[in-house]
Amino acid sequence: MKQRNLVVISSGLSQPSSTRLLADQLSAAAVGAAARLGVTLDVQVIELRDLAHDITDNMLTGFAKPALKQAQDSVAAADALIVVTPVFSASYSGLFKSFFDVLDKDVLTGKPVMMAATAGTARHSLVLEHALRPLFAYLRAAILPTSVFAAGDDWGANSVEGPLRGRIERAATELAIEVERREPATVTDPFALTESFENMIKNL
Amino acid sequence: MQFGIFSVSDITTDPTTGRTPTEAQRIKDIVTIAKHAEQAGLDVFALGEHHNEPFFSSSPTTTLAYIAAQTTTLQLSTATTLITTNDPVKIAEDFAMLQHLADGRVDLMLGRGNTGPVYPWFGKDIRAGIPLALENYGLLHKLWREHVVDWEGKFRTPLQSFTSTPRPLDDVPPFVWHGSIRSPQIAEQAAYYGDGFFANHIFWPASHTERMVGLYRQRFEHYGHGSADQAIVGLGGQVFMRRNSQDAVKEFRPYFDNAPVYGHGPSLEDFTRETPLTVGSPQQVIDRTLGFRDYVGDYQRQLWLMDHAGLPLKTVLEQLDILGEEVVPVLRKEFTSLKPAHVPDAPTHASLLAARAEKKEEVQA
Repeated sequence: MKQRNLVVISSGLSQPSSTRLLADQLSAAAVGAAARLGVTLDVQVIELRDLAHDITDNMLTGFAKPALKQAQDSVAAADALIVVTPVFSASYSGLFKSFFDVLDKDVLTGKPVMMAATAGTARHSLVLEHALRPLFAYLRAAILPTSVFAAGDDWGANSVEGPLRGRIERAATELAIEVERREPATVTDPFALTESFENMIKNL
Repeated sequence: MQFGIFSVSDITTDPTTGRTPTEAQRIKDIVTIAKHAEQAGLDVFALGEHHNEPFFSSSPTTTLAYIAAQTTTLQLSTATTLITTNDPVKIAEDFAMLQHLADGRVDLMLGRGNTGPVYPWFGKDIRAGIPLALENYGLLHKLWREHVVDWEGKFRTPLQSFTSTPRPLDDVPPFVWHGSIRSPQIAEQAAYYGDGFFANHIFWPASHTERMVGLYRQRFEHYGHGSADQAIVGLGGQVFMRRNSQDAVKEFRPYFDNAPVYGHGPSLEDFTRETPLTVGSPQQVIDRTLGFRDYVGDYQRQLWLMDHAGLPLKTVLEQLDILGEEVVPVLRKEFTSLKPAHVPDAPTHASLLAARAEKKEEVQA
């Protein structure tokens, strides 16, 4: 079995949080789908609530404190991401966006990203298309075709095996396929010299 | 080893009194601070360059020349001189002029400047920061070493049969430090020329400094200027001291909490842990500073930021006295006893002149 790393980013604030609930279902489905393709996915969940102060400090000082740095390093080293945000004021939460604002802008390039969101009503479902998809397109992530939205109704007693379950499975399968066919993620060292002095001068 | 202070020349309201010094006052104060640094037994005074409020220091060589006239031993430097937006021809002229007036007590530190709006005011683009630093310094280096220069580049009008005047004092160009927080290209540039590398160090985690200095040392050796541990390294530092460390914390906290750059962000305690900032007793400053050597090796120059965030002049002068009386004498002794004989001191005009004479003798012999 190949081993790969999945990082799940959840920006729910409450306890328990439906955002985290969706994140857990997505990651469990992804682990299952990957296993069927011969890939062991190791899952790390990052709760942005725990990093909220560090994220703000990073914005103000330009560097990440150890806990946030560790989270950023995990994201950089991940073979795939699942990102889940609650809908706040018709978009991703500010905390969710801020995490990506202080992340090195090249870190997500080519990385498979599954997007998901939760909200009180299905009227917000297009937030995935008008807010999250442009963000991750800008970051040059390999965004999975299926994104997953869960409203209050989807958690009802009658919908356990309903349409939400189907979307979760479809997105999980897409993620597993992307991870399986790729080489493991490599991390670029920002302090590494990529060009000798002579070349830098030649290419001015 | 050299010890000194560097100033960014900010004009900041004192958060404890609400008082803001006038430009006129702050400019006179910086001269007082520099003179006091010499009297307190420090070796170096370095002044920043800015072209936007709330900073006053747009013309460092003017200020440094005025200070040079009123001091005798103080080494005058910059922190930093903008190699991106200044014309390298003007840098060559200004600093050679300063060298003559200051009897050689001059070196300079080059930086790119990270204030986006400044670049277009000088017809430049911040996105070309690295290429500007590379090309401009290439020209500056040449202007100080070749009498008649023909030159053509990408960012400046070409030069034909140009001689930069005055020529460097004794034909020895001022020593140059290249400063950068996290651009490996600048460490490479410093290494290529065998120049010094200065890590700002403050406001950033020590890991940045460790990586940059490590790269510079390795490339210095690669380019044949000596072994990695002979490369010329300078570090910034930021301290506030009182005999009793609780008093230091209590007095400095309002300045920290409201400071430009990091104010209203992390706590003083966080910032002290994550960056080289040390607020406490002179002994704590001694211990912390000696610890820098653990991750950068034996280094040549330690500068502290002392006069920012609205600290009143009186406090700054007291801090200089504490440095001069209690901190620097101990550090000087400790660092000297730790440094192996083959590791050089920071170059000065006198040492560069001597090195050139020695080289000539070798050639003749």
